[in-house]
Amino acid sequence: MSRFQFPESIASRPVYGTLEPRPGKAHLMIADAEGAEALLDLAVRDPALVRAAHIIYIPKGTGESYVPRLEMCGPAQFHVAPSYEASVPRLRRVLTDAHMGLQLYLAGTEGLMGQAMSEAIEHGLPQRSIQREHRGSVARRMQCVHCKGITEDVTTDPFVCAHCGLHLFVRDHYSRRLAAFQGVRVDAEDPGNVPDPVELYQ
Amino acid sequence: MTMQFNTETFRDDYSFRNSDWAIRRFPFPFHEDSYMYSVNMEQHRGGPEGSVYEKRFDVDEHYVSEMHDRALVLAEDPLRCQSLPHMTLAGWDLLELIMVSKSEDYPDLFELHRDGNQWRWINKPLGIDDTFTFLDETTLPYGPMEYITRQTQGDFAVLDQREENLWMDAGMVTTQADWSLDFDIGMNFFEWHAPVPRAHEMGIFKRALKFLLNVQQGSPARRLNWTMTVNPRLDTSPENYHKWGVEKTTLTPENIGAKQHLRVELQTFFRLPRSNALVFPIRCYLIAFQDIVTVPKWGRRLHRVVRDLPEDLADYKGFIANRPLMLDYLSQYDDGLPTSPGVWPDLETEPPLQK
Repeated sequence: MSRFQFPESIASRPVYGTLEPRPGKAHLMIADAEGAEALLDLAVRDPALVRAAHIIYIPKGTGESYVPRLEMCGPAQFHVAPSYEASVPRLRRVLTDAHMGLQLYLAGTEGLMGQAMSEAIEHGLPQRSIQREHRGSVARRMQCVHCKGITEDVTTDPFVCAHCGLHLFVRDHYSRRLAAFQGVRVDAEDPGNVPDPVELYQ
Repeated sequence: MTMQFNTETFRDDYSFRNSDWAIRRFPFPFHEDSYMYSVNMEQHRGGPEGSVYEKRFDVDEHYVSEMHDRALVLAEDPLRCQSLPHMTLAGWDLLELIMVSKSEDYPDLFELHRDGNQWRWINKPLGIDDTFTFLDETTLPYGPMEYITRQTQGDFAVLDQREENLWMDAGMVTTQADWSLDFDIGMNFFEWHAPVPRAHEMGIFKRALKFLLNVQQGSPARRLNWTMTVNPRLDTSPENYHKWGVEKTTLTPENIGAKQHLRVELQTFFRLPRSNALVFPIRCYLIAFQDIVTVPKWGRRLHRVVRDLPEDLADYKGFIANRPLMLDYLSQYDDGLPTSPGVWPDLETEPPLQK
């Protein structure tokens, strides 16, 4: 099962819902890994909606598990990207051309949804036209507050910053603009005293 | 009076000191012997002569050295000053508000000469004499917000007002109590306050936002906030936490009076005329424990506040580990006598320490 119920948290931490078919002039769907399941569920509820959609899908570790099924939904445009970064030029092109009435559906990991949403808002898409459904990994995209480097797919607390190597603890404080949670040095007051990492939400 | 400006540092050798004048006018934040959150807003319409509340933008003996420290922070990390593209007009509003206020409130230190949009600004303490065209960014060495806040004590959050909320869309933040402008820029009022414990549940932020959305031009407001800082460091940023956090462990019974500082923020709120933005200056005042206890009332009261503060607040304010050491020190200055209501030192009327 790819759904996870996040515990209640602070006001800056995003909350996610369930994708609902919405009327719109155009439909853009972006998903990674198990996020495909949310699009497949949407296709069951409203096959015509998905047939009208442009889907950008990033399989990550799921390989070919979902690709044929998504294809079978018959989306107007279907693009499989090897990574989110690789999909960005295409995404920007689509957003630049978008007209009023575009509906954006995001599904999958927090990192993917956060980045795509930030891109969409920067292109002027109103937040009410964006829906998000979390599926799959609870890994987080983290910004190191010290060196500003982003570490993707963080699954433990604390973790090591991929850029400066400091041991950082995982905060729930979240920046929509950066599409990242904040990581802060865990042993700042007692250098060297780094607790053993534990899986997030355990 | 002619103000004497200290030459002092807020880092490395920490030569920062408060004169007797600065101690007596310190904005002591506790009006009674205990502390809990409240929406403690009042009009910012002056205050007793010589107090930090008297002028719109207080200038004190630390001015020149604080501006030097700000320049050092910005050279190290330019992300401490950011302005989203739609906030430039608010920056000009802020520049005007500060230049007009300072030149009127401190005519011996600052002069503003305006001929239409041709403005000449003279800042004597910093040795600045610039002529520029108001609303023309190309005539200033920095954007308008950065230009004027490099010359004004305190941090500045410039808040856009829309959708019945306030959005932190610009700021100059180098003297902060452990929050990051680079991370928080673009957030709304509830989001940037998200990490504060307890106050959300108490409804504090909802009420505060309602108040702030209605601040009118010409009717600024103010409140105090406080925390604790080891060593008189202005730049207690999360960016540099891995450098200053370790200093918290250097307290001993011998050095605590000199090293432990009460950090008070005088927060003011001004509506800006063209942009309808709200500017939120956060002015930081530091005082060593050994200087606070020279005022008997403050010594008694600080001991009681620190002793009785709930654990989650002491943790959030970052001094829970040092609280026992602080109480050992402060209890020497609490003889159990009652204290007079209000924040003022009341040196003439309050009894000296009875032990």
